[in-house]
Amino acid sequence: AEMRVLVGVKRVVDYAVKVRVKPDKTGVITEGVQHSMNPFDEIALEEAVKLKEKKAVTEVVAFSMGGPKCQEVLRTALAKGADKAIHIEIPDADASQLEPLHVARAMRKIIESDKFDAVFLGKQAIDDDANQTGSLLAGMMDWPQALYASKVEPDGKSLKVTREIDGGLDTIKVTLPAVLSADLRLNEPRYATLPNIMKAKKKPLEKKSAKDLGIDLAPQTKMVEVSEPPVRQAGGFVDDVPALIAKLKEKGFIKA
Amino acid sequence: SSLRSSSSLLSRGLLTASSAAAKPRHDVEGRAPPPLNQLSEHELALRDTVKRFSHDVIKPLVRSMDESSTFHDSVVKGVFANGFMGIEVPEKYQGPESSFFDAVLVIEELAKIDPSVSVFVDVQNTLVAPLIFQLGTEEQKQKYLPRICQDWVGAFCLSEAGSGSDAFALKTTAKKDGDDFVINGGKLWITNAGHASFFLVFANAEPEKGYRGITCFLVDRNAEGVSVGKKEDKLGIRASSTCPVNFDGVRVHKSAILGEYGKGYKYAIECLNSGRIGIGAQMIGLAQGCFDASVPYLQERKQFGSRLIDFQGMAFQVSEVGMEIEAARMLVYNAARMKEAGLSFVKEAAMAKLYSSIVASKATSKCVEWLGGVGFTKEFPVEKFYRDAKIGTIYEGTSNIQLNTIAKLIDAEYKNKA
Repeated sequence: AEMRVLVGVKRVVDYAVKVRVKPDKTGVITEGVQHSMNPFDEIALEEAVKLKEKKAVTEVVAFSMGGPKCQEVLRTALAKGADKAIHIEIPDADASQLEPLHVARAMRKIIESDKFDAVFLGKQAIDDDANQTGSLLAGMMDWPQALYASKVEPDGKSLKVTREIDGGLDTIKVTLPAVLSADLRLNEPRYATLPNIMKAKKKPLEKKSAKDLGIDLAPQTKMVEVSEPPVRQAGGFVDDVPALIAKLKEKGFIKA
Repeated sequence: SSLRSSSSLLSRGLLTASSAAAKPRHDVEGRAPPPLNQLSEHELALRDTVKRFSHDVIKPLVRSMDESSTFHDSVVKGVFANGFMGIEVPEKYQGPESSFFDAVLVIEELAKIDPSVSVFVDVQNTLVAPLIFQLGTEEQKQKYLPRICQDWVGAFCLSEAGSGSDAFALKTTAKKDGDDFVINGGKLWITNAGHASFFLVFANAEPEKGYRGITCFLVDRNAEGVSVGKKEDKLGIRASSTCPVNFDGVRVHKSAILGEYGKGYKYAIECLNSGRIGIGAQMIGLAQGCFDASVPYLQERKQFGSRLIDFQGMAFQVSEVGMEIEAARMLVYNAARMKEAGLSFVKEAAMAKLYSSIVASKATSKCVEWLGGVGFTKEFPVEKFYRDAKIGTIYEGTSNIQLNTIAKLIDAEYKNKA
């Protein structure tokens, strides 16, 4: 039986970079800064590829939406085991206005034209920490969602997913088609080995423009200001608990 | 003298291959030729993979591997699993079929974290694998090439107690006995010998003929009479195994000859030319890795109210070292690109290895000084880079040999011009 998985991968500022705010406070500096695949998306991709190796999945298709440089992460996805890649291209100028809603709309278009049995995504992107795309897509498609997955087991026409939630671990069963988002401990992504980087060159990378697909890219939000967090003030030492309480009262943190 | 005949053999290469001047490049309409250090998307992706692997797997183990003079299993398995061994091996033999420049990139990037791991990968890619896929019979290629990419480490056995720079004065013999040859002798300073599954052994089948009797044999480690001696306790690149290898009446069939009988000297010279570019790559990676570990310290540490790097005396030293590393890299990259373009690169390879090893020694020495007291301790990585750099001016052709080679080539160049 066919089981095709669409994996969303986003090109973000590399996790190791020391991010700095632009002088005009409209965002962070991304020009000339090292970028790579969102770490949670790497985990989502790894899970899909592992399921393919276990023969539970028949095809893994990588998906990315953004400017031309998205192709870098798509090539990496192909080198890490995806069979095909789809790039939804938008002009570079519009890239900073891209929101999870637009990405979800684009993914829906792709799913409607090529049938997919599951969509795997990272739980959130490390640049905006939005954590919305998966849920929006599930809502649009009227599909069940299994978010913050730390373990995935195929179960016939369903997926048994263990999720990390605040209270502990929650195990659910979702019937396919479904949306799944990957959390940190789901797996450890493989490296793109040299033989696979070479093979990836021959794998298909399809490019479609958001305009041609008729996706409404009108922004719903406006970035008002981006600024650094306030510099952390040094704390103070007190000798004992009564002194601590007196200080807290003095500073107005507890009622006198 | 044998030095004169050795160097005349080396300069012969110049007269037979086409020089850069005779083969103009083809430009793409409307596009300026790219700078040497601008890498392709593929090359960037490869470098990124090596960077991540070095950082995640090798870096935490560098100090302990240096102390114990061993490689951790995860490192050896990792370089094979990621396709760093046998980089140019054709797909037909289950290799990645990638380029020589890719090998240079991998060697350079690994050296930024651990020059020992870098040389481990360098020998396999620039000496062992190329000799087999250029000269091997179909049977030899089928036997060795796939395993070179999977799990077999090869070692290059040329040097002996009595012959280092004077390589062709080697005394190991291969006596013909019917359809076999019996190899007797001892090799020294063999890199990777501790991990090797097989050896490329240069032995003389007809000592009366001088260097023209030298023949290359493929000898498996488990052949009777082969023994690997105790690892050397070294100043630097300690995790890389450097051992004596002894051959006591080792009997091999004539099919173990790699290439042609009596042509071993030619093969050794030719592959050492590429090997030089590999060592150049290791040295520039080493220098860069050391520099990368030092500059942030100079930006952080303050004395007399200023960052160390703000003192002009310090800043000028940093500029000089930075410039020399950049220059060395250009020599290495260009020599690699010349080789890929099918141009004669003997002089450029020698220059690249000579210069980059000198730069690595100087850069690492400066970095230890810049870091002051902490630079002198094992808590910081610079003292290891300083120790590791020293071998650069010694192995795969000492600096004096490189100078000699370059001089002979320049002499021949100018003789031809007149």
